[in-house]
Order: sequence, then structure tokens, then C-alpha cells
Amino acid sequence: MPPAEAAPLLAVRELAVHIPDPPHLLRAVDGISFDLDRGETLGLVGESGSGKTMTAMALMRLLEPPLSRLPTGEVLLDGEDLMRLPEGAMAALRGHRLSMVFQEPMTSLNPVMRIGAQIAEPLRRHLGLFRAEAAARAEEMLRLVGLPDPARQARAWPHELSGGMRQRAMIAIALACRPALLIADEPTTALDVTVQAQILELLRELQRDMGTAVLLITHDLAVVEENAHRVAVMYAGRIVETGPVEAIFTAPRHPYTAGLLASLPRIREEPEPWLPEIPGMVPGAGDRPRGCAFAPRCTRVISGCVAEAPPLLGEPHAAACWNPLHD
Amino acid sequence: MTEPPLLEVAGLRVHFRGRGGGMVRAVDGVDLSLARGETLAIVGESGCGKTTTGKAILKLLEPTEGSIRFDGVEIARHSQRAMAPFRRRMQIIFQDPYASLNPRMTVAGILEAPFAIHGIGTREDRPDRIARLLRLVGLPEAAARRYPHEFSGGQRQRIGIARALALDPELIIGDEPVSALDVSIQAQIVNLLRRLQQEMGLSYILISHNLAVVSHVADRVAVMYLGRVVETAPRAALFFQPRHPYTRALLSAVPGQGVQRQVLAGDVPDPAHPPRGCAFHPRCPIAIPLCAEAAPERRDLGGGHSVACHKVDA
Repeated sequence: MPPAEAAPLLAVRELAVHIPDPPHLLRAVDGISFDLDRGETLGLVGESGSGKTMTAMALMRLLEPPLSRLPTGEVLLDGEDLMRLPEGAMAALRGHRLSMVFQEPMTSLNPVMRIGAQIAEPLRRHLGLFRAEAAARAEEMLRLVGLPDPARQARAWPHELSGGMRQRAMIAIALACRPALLIADEPTTALDVTVQAQILELLRELQRDMGTAVLLITHDLAVVEENAHRVAVMYAGRIVETGPVEAIFTAPRHPYTAGLLASLPRIREEPEPWLPEIPGMVPGAGDRPRGCAFAPRCTRVISGCVAEAPPLLGEPHAAACWNPLHD
Repeated sequence: MTEPPLLEVAGLRVHFRGRGGGMVRAVDGVDLSLARGETLAIVGESGCGKTTTGKAILKLLEPTEGSIRFDGVEIARHSQRAMAPFRRRMQIIFQDPYASLNPRMTVAGILEAPFAIHGIGTREDRPDRIARLLRLVGLPEAAARRYPHEFSGGQRQRIGIARALALDPELIIGDEPVSALDVSIQAQIVNLLRRLQQEMGLSYILISHNLAVVSHVADRVAVMYLGRVVETAPRAALFFQPRHPYTRALLSAVPGQGVQRQVLAGDVPDPAHPPRGCAFHPRCPIAIPLCAEAAPERRDLGGGHSVACHKVDA
């Protein structure tokens, strides 16, 4: 198949997670669609409550019962709908074809298992490597993610590593089987800024070398600006704008994206004394307004906004807005 | 001459006994000063001692050594009783507005407590005082009857700010006051703090790891690394003519600036086992043998800019 015509690695179609909470229906994720190509990084940004983490958990099918039964829509990985796979088949893919890195490495590492064994585990399970082979590959992964003295670190327990080193170990586990897709949920949010810079650089290098596609989920627009090829901005369970990173940052079309970018403090010689604010706050998942969920906070609101939710229109730069900027 | 500073800290040390019985030198010789109406930011990564410094200034932690002069009075060795008149003049705002408000009290109860503790006003005039505080921070008066869990993160931080303002303080220490907030809410709170400073003549010490926020609000910045101040400068000098290699690395690590990044190797060392000499030398791109031997003294570069580095000439 010629690469230009190739289907995307990941195609998400109308993914929704609606949580019944009588008398409400919490629309945590409310029908989102996006594509991710091989080797590409898509930054999924949003503030708390936007549904970005719920999206990741639904994609990985990691929601616990009773939430696990709620997601609807399609998640096509190489054309195969993950939503329809039996759990056994899904488990065979997790850590193999698709992996996830979380914000808190300490809570996702097994505290009673040595680091090397945790990296070897998916290699043995998914790739059928024997113990010695898997152990050697685990050390190789530790070297790749920049842990000094990999042979010694392979025998370390998670609590013996610093936060940055733990996140490196998590990345080694996630990438051990060279997955096609890595979902990184706030991978550097718990880290200091100098360590964040190290980890993001590491992710970029590994992605380049392995051709992994990355779904980078974060609240930090500055991290997305530097690390993503394309961006999807979520608000109140929906994608309100998506497009190439330069277009989003230089000419945002949705007033929410524009507001977020304006309110982001930047280091400047002459900073403006007042940061532009977005008034009000994100509505709860149970009391979203009819029409556009951003309308109550929006300065560009017109009569149509409160009547009907706008569709996400435009290619490759799309905005869900009845009165977009830069039109 | 100029007005004496509101706060002057010299040679402040706070040492704890660590788990292994060794000494953790959380704060190890910090000098700071703060003028009236000024905002001083203390920045640094986890374990640098910035929060401990803030708590020691407020005497929420007992300083091991050093001097803290507030409005000309030495308070470093004041007992809790002797501190009482100073307590109302210096307040703190915490990072986590969820954890710092009593969930069982209404907002009115939370805001009334400072008046009750310090015996200010009468029971009759307190509702007016509470209403005034709520207006000041942009909350409706009806908020008084509600409980903390009924508010969003940004609104809770407004309640925390209202409580800090209750006794008309002169100094407010904000310990990561906007770090837990979403970007759109962060801007609201940053603006609120600035407006209150202008209206009430407040002096701020802002403790933060977020350099972009600091660049917007600080008049002066002190950079800490492993218990020491490595560089202090007015805002523009610190951000645009940084001299200490750690400050430079810290600034270049801030994402979204489109600058060539200088990625530091290694993590921040454990404060219980700081490296000999300059604590930064194992990660420093320009270290010389002397750096592993002797800790550099602070040197004055003029214009309120000082730096502790062997490689920087005065």
C-alpha cells in the first residue's frame, strides 16, 4: 500500500463515555473522532474535566466495571475495532501493540517487583522470549531510556529510583515490545522542569527511532507546542478544535483555544500587567448547557450558539464553532 | 535613603534530623530581603528548600540558625506567644485549596475564624466583614453559607485568599498558589493577586516552580538549589541576563519558548546527601575542579544582582 494512501494507524470514531448518575447523564466523553498516523504525535489538550484522561482509559479499555461497559463508538487500530475485541484479545495487545505511560510512575510500577523483571514481563508474555533473552533486552531498554548502569538498575526496586528515573523505567516497560501506539497521559506533569525536559527529549528520540505514534495527553499547552505534530483541544467532553500545531498556535479558530493561549503566561521582556482571563469555569459533566458548552464563557457568542452544538468542520484545521476567529 | 525593607532574612538555616539519623540541610544559609509593596519570587525544583524557607519566615517551622527581621524586629527566636502580634501581619496561601479549608465549616465560619482568634470586631459586625472579604476576592455574598466542597478549585483558592486577607496583613507568602489550577483559572487568580497588591499595598513572597508565572508577577527573583540561593536579581535581569549556570538551565527547560534547550544531566540530588563544594557541580556544564572543593560565596554584581558561582566574575 503506498504510504500516502495508507489508512491511519488509529482511527477513533464517535467515541463516547456517558455515565448515568440519576437524574443526570454525565457526558464525560461526548462523541469524539480523530486519526493518528504512524510515527505521528497528536497532542490531546484540555483542562480538568475536559474528558482527556477518560478518553485514554476508554481507548486502552482500562476503565473498571461498571464504567467499562459504557464506552461507545469505534477505536480502529490498524483497522481492527478494539471496542469489539474480547478482553483476552485486548490483553494480548496491551503492552504489545499499544502501551500507556501515566503521570505517576510510582503508582503504576509494581512496588514488589524489580525494575528489570517488570520490563522483561511483557517481552516474555507477548514476544515469547525466554528468561535470559528477556533480561538482556530489559537491560538494553534501560540503557536506551538513559538509566546509568543498566545492569545494576535492572535489579533495583521502584522505590530506590528518583521520580525522573522511575518515569524512564515506565517508558522502558511501555516501549519494550516496540508498540505501534504509545498513549502518554501527563507523562511529565509530576516532574521538575529540568527533568521534564529530559523525559520529553527521550520520548522524541525513541519515537523517531522506533516509529511509534504518540497520543500525548496534557493540560500543558507549552509541552504540546514543542512536542506534537497535530493538536486536538478538548472542552467539556468534545474536541472543539484540531489541526497542525503551527496553525493552532498561530491562528486558533475556536474562541476557547484562543483564550487558553492568551491566558498562558510567557516569559517576555515587557510582560503585560494583566493576563487575559477566560471568565467563569468549565461546566460540570452533568450540567452542560444546550448548544455549545463554551457559550456561557464565550465573548463571541451569537444566537445560534445556544441552540445547537456546532459540528467540528474544516480540514486539516477544524473548529467546532458557529462564529470562529480567523475566518 | 530608601525605606527599610519589610522583611530581611540573613543566614537562615533549617536543619532536620533525617530518617537515617543524618542531618537534612533543607535550608542552608539563605539571605533575602523584601521591600514594601514588592513581589519576591523564590523559584527552584523539588527539594530546593523554597517551601521550608517560606514556612521558617512565618515561624511555622523553627529556624535552626539565622536572622529574620520583620519591620525592623528580630523574630527568628520569638516564642509562639511573642509571635502572636506578628501573626496577623503575615499570612500564607497554600497550593492546594482542597486540603487547606476545613470541609466541615461554612465559608462564613472559615472567614470568621481569624477575627474570633484575634478578638477583632464584634459578633454583630462580622457578617459585614465577611461580606467585604468575599467582594474583595470576587465571590458572591451568598458564598458565605456554603461549604468548601460546593466550590471549584479556583473559587476555593479565592476563599483561601479571602482568609489570608481577613486581618489586613502586610506580607503574604503564596506557596505555589496557582500550581494546582487550570490555565484559564490560573490567569484569574494571578490577576486577582496583583489587583489586591495594588489596592492594599501588600508585599508578596511567591514560592513557585513555574517560571512563566513568576515572570509575570515578580519584581525580583531568588533561585534556590539544594537549600541555597544561587542567584538573585530583578525580574528582567534574571530572565534575560541570567548568570548562574543553574538559572540558565532552568530557564532553557521551560517549554514553549522556541529556544535552544540545554538539557541538564541527572536529577536533583537528595538534600540529605548534598554533593561537596557547590551542590550543583555534578550537573553543571561549566564546572571546574574548585567547584567540587569549595562552595562559592555570594557575589554582588551590582544593580541588585548577586550570584554564587566560582565561574562568574563580579
